Amino acid sequence: MNDYNPMELMLISAARELKDNSVIIVGTGAPCAAAMLAQQTHAPNMTILFEAGGIGPELKKMPISVGDSRTFHRGLFATSMDNIMAMLQRGEVDTAFIGGAQIDMYGNINSTMIGKDHARPKVRFPGSGGANDLASLCWKSICMTVHNNKRFVEKIDFLTTPGHLGGPVAREKAGLPPGCGPSKGVTNLCVMGFHPESKRMMVETIHPGVTREDIQENTGFELLWSDDLTETKVPYKEELEILRKKVDPEKLIIGRPIT
Amino acid sequence: MDIISKGKGELFSPVEPFAFRESRKNFNRGQRNKISTVSEAVEKYVKNGSYLASGGFGTNRIATALLHEVVRTRKKNLAFAGHTTTHDYEILVAGGCIDRVDAAYIVGLEARGLSTCARKAHQNGEIQVTEWSNAALAWRLAAGARCIPFMPVYVLAGTDTFEYSAAIQTECPFTKTKVTLVPALNPDVALIHVHRADEMGNCEIEGITVADQDLAAASKVTIITCEEIVPTDYFRDNPSRTSIPWINVDAVIEVKNGAYPANMAGLYFSDEAHLAEWLNAEKTPESLQELLDKYIYDCKDFNEYFEKCGGQKRIMELYEEEHE
Repeated sequence: MNDYNPMELMLISAARELKDNSVIIVGTGAPCAAAMLAQQTHAPNMTILFEAGGIGPELKKMPISVGDSRTFHRGLFATSMDNIMAMLQRGEVDTAFIGGAQIDMYGNINSTMIGKDHARPKVRFPGSGGANDLASLCWKSICMTVHNNKRFVEKIDFLTTPGHLGGPVAREKAGLPPGCGPSKGVTNLCVMGFHPESKRMMVETIHPGVTREDIQENTGFELLWSDDLTETKVPYKEELEILRKKVDPEKLIIGRPIT
Repeated sequence: MDIISKGKGELFSPVEPFAFRESRKNFNRGQRNKISTVSEAVEKYVKNGSYLASGGFGTNRIATALLHEVVRTRKKNLAFAGHTTTHDYEILVAGGCIDRVDAAYIVGLEARGLSTCARKAHQNGEIQVTEWSNAALAWRLAAGARCIPFMPVYVLAGTDTFEYSAAIQTECPFTKTKVTLVPALNPDVALIHVHRADEMGNCEIEGITVADQDLAAASKVTIITCEEIVPTDYFRDNPSRTSIPWINVDAVIEVKNGAYPANMAGLYFSDEAHLAEWLNAEKTPESLQELLDKYIYDCKDFNEYFEKCGGQKRIMELYEEEHE
């Protein structure tokens, strides 16, 4: 058995969700690492977009900003945010990575504020950035995050970015394009999907050494459990090697503790 | 078209396409020399209460010299377009210049962390916020640049981001389904840094343009700083080099290394140590004041700041990093 840490398993599990020949849009940090790993393993013809305008770069070094020059280094197109967002709106982008401070059972995300008063929030966060756009327009979205009950909550303080909103067909009713929405949650404890009818978060695979109780205790709402619940496949030696030697040799992400 | 729902955020800039046309009619569109200086251009165009927008992308290709000048001259009550604004927002909020913001991304510096000072300003209710997303703001500028009142889009719907925006949802007269309308944005002043410009204001940007082409066209005034002033023949030899045309520019200033400490594609990478110094200094009001004195108030111009940060030697290191 290969030795790995929880962050490595999370990145590898997320990378496995990405398909060859697909088009994906990512931010900096962990999502970018997962995308680079997928590209260097099973998805060599996948295209990576960055919302500020970079398309299809050769990612030798990890970008620090989604608009820095690494996001279009030897890229296929250095364009505008308007053009990137128009690609999303045309349905040309398969998968987005989304993150935030709070997430609920329908995959709705808060990255704007904690508190009740919008004019004087208890804690102010950056806001949507491109997250609302990505989650509104990409066919699928993946939320990769640390699993605890401060993040996975019954009610988010501010709905910045749409998941399945209030449940089945709520997105379409609200006026969002049909047929898209959050598809996976990848954490340090498990991989989750959404129940096809209720659109509620549903555990699909449990990471080795983790129990159902661990997962439920760290979640602020009642989870659903897949009928085909299995254990998450452990990392292959090749995946770990590429992740450590080529994707993140400085251990900027894989060396980070899970908090 | 009936309004189905309407965000309760305040619209900080009026939607007046015909008035904007009128102002362009009166703008001297001649192929004239617009060379200026940082202090002259900010003095002339940035007023207390102006609606300001910053080009580039936060820590990439920002017009640092102009941003510092706005702080140095202690401009107040500015409105700001915050579509992924990071170090630019950090500078202006630290200087106490902003009191309202159209926010898509504010108070953070992406992977580097959050600005203590900007967060406090928001948590104390000192800055009024209307929420948007990056696409919404890019498309508001696109509508402004096309001189139409709004852009119909498929983002924001169903969220609190919409509730606290100034967008409107209506039934589309063509598809008979819901569509979200984002209002045109025509800022008073845009501050944009580019790679090259000629004296009449034709500009070349290398790499991503973010929203700067629409921003320059949508703004009532556009001030350009550039790494290098080039002869107009540079554009005449190959007109596809022009990213922003002279007609959307009011003033041109050569400021070499003028995006520092931000990343300038092909020339220098962002100065991460300096950006970390800023974030750190924000932890107490005293250390922030010291930093602002050292780097802005006690400097007569951008060059003095740049020399304090290591000048040419530091830029050579950042050039190496850019080309690693």
